Amino acid sequence: MIAPDEEEGFAVAIRAAAAAREPLAIEGLGSKSGFLRPIQVADTLSTRNFSGIPLHAPKELIVTVRAGTTLAALEAKLAEAGQHLIAEPPHYGFLDARAQTVGGIVATNLSGPRRVAWGAMRDHVLGIRAVTGRGELIRSGGRVLKNVTGLDLCKLFAGSYGTLGVMTEVTLKVLPAPEATGTVLLRGLDPHDAVEALSAALGSPYSVSGAAYLPQEAAMALGFERPVTIARIEDFAESVTYRLDRLCALLHRFGIVEKLATEASRTLWRAVRDGEALPVQPADAIWRVSVQPSYGPSVLRKAQDAGMFGYLDWGGGLVFLTGPATVEAHAAVMAAARRAKGTWWLMRAPEPLRRSVDVAPPEPEALAAIRRRVVASFDPAGILNPGRLFAA
Amino acid sequence: MIDLPAPKQDVLDRRDAVYEGLRAILPARGVITDPARLKPYETDGLSSYRQMPFAVVLPETTEQVAAVLRFCHQNGVRVVPRGAGTSLSGGALPLADAVVVGMMRMNRILEANYGDRYAVVQAGVTNLGITKAVEADGFFYAPDPSSQLACMIGGNIGMNSGGAHCLKYGVTANNVLGITLVTIEGEIVKLGGTHLDTAGYDWLGLAIGSEGQLGIATEIIVRILRAPEGTRAMLAAFRANEVAGACVDAIIGSGIIPVALEFMDRPAIHACEAFAHAGYPLDAEAMLIIEVEGSVAEQDALLGRIKEICAQFDPISLKVSQSDEESAAIWKGRKGAFGAIGRISPDYLCMDGTIPTSTLPRVLHRIGEMSAQYGLQVANIFHAGDGNLHPLIMFDANNADSMHKAEAFGADILRLCVEVGGCLTGEHGVGVEKRDLMGVQFTDTELDQQRRIKTAFDPDWLLNTAKVFPLSDTIPRAA
Repeated sequence: MIAPDEEEGFAVAIRAAAAAREPLAIEGLGSKSGFLRPIQVADTLSTRNFSGIPLHAPKELIVTVRAGTTLAALEAKLAEAGQHLIAEPPHYGFLDARAQTVGGIVATNLSGPRRVAWGAMRDHVLGIRAVTGRGELIRSGGRVLKNVTGLDLCKLFAGSYGTLGVMTEVTLKVLPAPEATGTVLLRGLDPHDAVEALSAALGSPYSVSGAAYLPQEAAMALGFERPVTIARIEDFAESVTYRLDRLCALLHRFGIVEKLATEASRTLWRAVRDGEALPVQPADAIWRVSVQPSYGPSVLRKAQDAGMFGYLDWGGGLVFLTGPATVEAHAAVMAAARRAKGTWWLMRAPEPLRRSVDVAPPEPEALAAIRRRVVASFDPAGILNPGRLFAA
Repeated sequence: MIDLPAPKQDVLDRRDAVYEGLRAILPARGVITDPARLKPYETDGLSSYRQMPFAVVLPETTEQVAAVLRFCHQNGVRVVPRGAGTSLSGGALPLADAVVVGMMRMNRILEANYGDRYAVVQAGVTNLGITKAVEADGFFYAPDPSSQLACMIGGNIGMNSGGAHCLKYGVTANNVLGITLVTIEGEIVKLGGTHLDTAGYDWLGLAIGSEGQLGIATEIIVRILRAPEGTRAMLAAFRANEVAGACVDAIIGSGIIPVALEFMDRPAIHACEAFAHAGYPLDAEAMLIIEVEGSVAEQDALLGRIKEICAQFDPISLKVSQSDEESAAIWKGRKGAFGAIGRISPDYLCMDGTIPTSTLPRVLHRIGEMSAQYGLQVANIFHAGDGNLHPLIMFDANNADSMHKAEAFGADILRLCVEVGGCLTGEHGVGVEKRDLMGVQFTDTELDQQRRIKTAFDPDWLLNTAKVFPLSDTIPRAA
């Protein structure tokens, strides 16, 4: 493994690999190396030794982080200033390593429950420094909140799984962490009524920042006896009190509405964020399906019919699933997502399945042709995580 | 006048054949070639630059846009996409050999889905038109550029437009779920959708703000949000720019993110007050407009906290609105700023750099020095929360020297923005106006990589040529 502690080291390693046409696995701490397609590589280039937080300007709502910094270290640093990461990135319990890097969470564009209201990781990447497959250092964006100068490569790199370049540094927008939080909870709803309740909450003027539905098994994993439907408010204490009351009145028609105060609310949403409600077995596969919220229940039901477990986040728009790592189960997820006009990822699975199926929806040919040209423009030798997202 | 590339002689030579080809694709009302009718398209919001187009087409469907682009691609004809023509950076400035593709006839709202909180609209729908269509049901579309009455969502996609309320709600890219993009080869591709995250590369994020370099967006799926219970504004005036800047820091530092936080300097206050009679304090050096939202009790609580913070900075005046009417009065001057400057100066250039907010006092001081050096007045309006600066440089376009000085002054301000850690443009786009300054912000290596992406989408560089990238490079480069 090559793990430079200086930015130039990434350029040196990539130039050498490009000259030798020897593919590199690009990773931070490898916590998500079991995601998407497996790759055949000669060596691994890791950001793990390139860490640190060169700039945190709380009043400018920005933080600049070297890619190898752990997510936990960044969150601790922000917490000292009473701030947090807006997209609430998950710390999944099923990762291959306990710690993840900031570069990794940006490169995989993973967001938590707050995404439904406040945007994804990709929405808060203000600037990047990256070494492309050409071994060239490029910057995009910067350290200011509003910037439309040139093409937005920050968004292109977010979610690109290390296939365009190695991000060495990212600048993120951050916000003050809320003073208080609270949750309203309904028990026993079916998925359809649950999403209707969550849509009412998200469509209310009360700034709901989390909206999830845990069916029976998922609810039981978190200590509930029946399915639960939950909506969260995060704000100043007096606003949380007021808004929870308003939500109770709004959702009354769906059943008895209970309230969770700050600590219980934080614990519950951390569990939802981290996938703890999924009964994942080591040999199982994990899928994420992103659909328009009202289609979430039908995707969930079809997956359940095919023997999977799952729950809904993002008001119904994110269906998080686990089940047997078989071609048949995968086909059922793809079919359900397609019928719902949605998109999907085979996130984690034993290697044979990930090698033999599409891990994300194939692009129409016109877009695939553009994609090949764009990827080749960054990485002409095809040495950075080749085939991680698409086989060809 | 800015340099534009030499027209392609072979296209000019085939004028009649090209016109005929376009007429075969579109109904007669959709192809404009008569000089008198081309005239309104010769400029956009950057009206000091003018160029008569080769032709204007007004497609009515995505398929027509695709057919036009395929035809232009096959015939080597350049294309300039255009929405309402409100670009302040010359993003829609025509070329003598280019077909302007005007999107204004694609102006229908196709769907509004309140349960799933999105709307599907055509590119020629105005920004405000989206909100107007959904506000009766309590919803709105968040980005609100000053030109929102006229500007079109297709242009907002091109420029990744912002507005006064993006401190809380984000810019266009944060509020769009999907687009239908037509490539120069005439392919129709759907990026994103009615869902939140999309698997694969974020082509949607790349396309938004790409200034028509990669394709033309014909349909847009926007997020719509439920409107807050109410909003209320307050006004705080201070003795010095530094003090107002420190107050902004203190507000953000307290954990409050107002929905809007606008800064005006002394010349801006005076110009706006003379125009709008909004009751702005004329003895102030700097003024903030701060807006919060929520229930009346929540507004009271937040404005109470903000007022306490402002009081620590020895304000000249603090006025908390007590009603919607008073809030509207506070905003009236700010919203009329362009008109106000237009009243005291024959012409003005509106610059758009962004700076780290901590550098505000230093930047305003330097702009003041430059103003004296150039002998041109400047008024500063500033989205203070996010560092997006709008210096309005006053000049006389009929005086070549005055115009030249204004451009040089503007360029100096943008260099300063980059020097202090900011960027050339926060929300107006590079367009033709700032293309030759791109080298101030980016290295050749960085620009080359952006050009390769452009080439991947548009191999012959036919789309919005002579914008974004320095003119010397507006030719395809080998990838």
